[in-house]
This record gives sequence, C-alpha cells and structure tokens, in this order.
Amino acid sequence: MLRLDCLRAIYSDLEKCLVVTIMGALPAELQSLGHRPNFFYLQHAMGLASSTGLGLALALPHQRVVVLDGDGSLLMNLGALTTLARYKPKNLLHLVFDNESLLSVGGFPTATSTGADLEGLARAAGIPETSTVRTVEEFTKAVRHAISSDGLETIVAKVEASGPKAFVTDLSLLENRFQFRRHIQSLAAKTK
Amino acid sequence: MPVSLQNSQLIYHALKSCGIQLLSALPETWLVHLIHTAEHDPQMTLVRLAKEEEGVGLSAGAHFAGVKSAMLMQNHGFLAAINGIVSFAHLYKIPLLMLISYRGTFGERDPWQTQGGNVTEPLLRAMNIPYAFLDAPASVEKRIRDAHTLAESSLQPVALLLTRDLMWEE
Repeated sequence: MLRLDCLRAIYSDLEKCLVVTIMGALPAELQSLGHRPNFFYLQHAMGLASSTGLGLALALPHQRVVVLDGDGSLLMNLGALTTLARYKPKNLLHLVFDNESLLSVGGFPTATSTGADLEGLARAAGIPETSTVRTVEEFTKAVRHAISSDGLETIVAKVEASGPKAFVTDLSLLENRFQFRRHIQSLAAKTK
Repeated sequence: MPVSLQNSQLIYHALKSCGIQLLSALPETWLVHLIHTAEHDPQMTLVRLAKEEEGVGLSAGAHFAGVKSAMLMQNHGFLAAINGIVSFAHLYKIPLLMLISYRGTFGERDPWQTQGGNVTEPLLRAMNIPYAFLDAPASVEKRIRDAHTLAESSLQPVALLLTRDLMWEE
C-alpha cells in the first residue's frame, strides 16, 4: 500500500476537517494532490503534530480534527498517546502512516521494523478505538467511519517506504501557518 | 507544604484576567496550588502532560483556534521543551506564555535541582526569549499582563521565571 494512494482516497473526506501533518514526504505528497487552507504542515518539531491536533480539538470541540502522523514522529513523542487518551477528544482522528522507516532522512529503519506495534501502544495508552489497516480499501473505510462517528481513534496504516524525490514546496511555512489560522477564524465567523 | 497559596492565586487570577482559557502543566512542588486551582475552575481547560514539549503543540493548536493559553513547567521542563520551542514556536511564530518555576538558585536545598538553575537564564538569552521574574506580589499582575501582551504582539515565546521569593514561604 502506498501512502499517496491512501491520501488520494481520503482527499475529499478531508475537506471539512482541520488537518495537521508531520514533516517530510507526507506533506509533500498531500500538497501534490492540492493544498487547501485547512491543511497545516508541521515541517519540524517531530512528534508534536499529535499534540497540536489535541490543542485544536480541545479548543474547537465541534470541529473535526485529523492528525496525519508517522512512525518516526510518533516514536519521538509516545507520551502524547497517553495525553490524547487522557482527554479523549471525540472530534480527533489520529492517523499514523507506518512505513517502518525514517524515509525523509535516508530510509533508516525505525523500531516498528523490529516489531514495535504502534496500534498496540495506542491501545495500551488508553485510546478507545484503534485499528491497523493494510489495503487502501480497508484504510478508506476505516477513515470514513472514524470521520463520521464520535470518538478518539488511532488508525495505523502500514505503507511502503517510498515517497517523492523532493520535499520542499513553494508554500512557505509562515504563509501556511497564517492561512491556516485565518481559515479557522473564518469558520468561527460563519458559525456566529 | 510551604508553597505560597496566596501568591499562587495571585498568579492564577492574573492569567485569568489575560483571558487564558487553556493551561498545560506538568506538576512540580512550586506549582501545586496553581494546578489545583486550574483543576477546580470549570472555565479553564487544564491539560496534564507527559512531557513539557507537548505543551508547545497544545499552545500552537489553541492559538490557531483563537484560544489563549499558558504553559506551567519547571525549568527542567523548559530544558525538555527546547526543540519544540525552536522548531515550532520560533519557526512558525507561535506566541507562548511560559511560566517557569526557577529551581536551583540561591536557597535551593534539593541537590538534584541545582544544575538546571545554572543554565536557565543563559539558555533563555541564547534563544532570544524575552524573560522577566515574578519575585514580588505587588508586580505579579502587571508583569504577567505585560508578558502576555508581548507574546501576542510579537508572536513569539516569552518566559516568566517564578522565583523562590514569591513561591516559597518559610
């Protein structure tokens, strides 16, 4: 299963969500499908995409938030799973693309390549709904179900260790950040 | 426990009057009253962290959502949060109001706290983080308000160091 195919399969489902991604190959692939003002790419601070999603989800309880995480990033901040599980925001979906590799820095294997089980860790941390998916069909079904139902969920998608050749896009980090915040403000204005 | 309840409440009320609605925290002795007060305040979202660096992500998410937040941590927690501060808050211009208990300075009896005290201010200066002290009840409210104002206008992290003189009574 390719991460790009997964992203393509759920791209239209992300339209109404606030999306936070990790750095590297994943945001480059998502932008190759088309940037949207509701996408924020955290192009560093590995591990903090999930914490950012938690901040958004707690501050905006009526807004669906999707975090697009990776094995390397999540392994840097495993404690965040326990914090997510502690507050269980019903509007947060935590998607982890596990390619068993630090692909963006040369493909060095992570601990999931030697058996560390991210779904098991999420479940043991207290995340109420967890699953591992291995095909695009399973992935799409699981994500659509999660987005349309209430409850914190972690979905681990096992994907191949492949990605685009280049990661830098023409969207500047600050442009993305200010656009994202302004987009959220415009949503708030609409609901008033 | 000789942590000043009165001065902790002074700090808490100053945060509230700045409009802070979300507080991330990792407990330490000097922060107990602040955390307990937040816990019993239905208007405050208290997020108990596993590690202080998570608080940078939480505050960023809250900022994007238009919610004002603050971070409560010990100076060793500040050390643990440095990468997040640099590679998120600085990189993306995120305002952070960091209240840091300044352990390991004059009067410190716990040997394990002493190294953190030596490096806290040099690190804040090296990271270009504006900081001031909370060291007397009379100036707490204004200093918190001023720190918050600067964080919001400059879109950067600012630090307030909670000192022994303010927090400890014996």
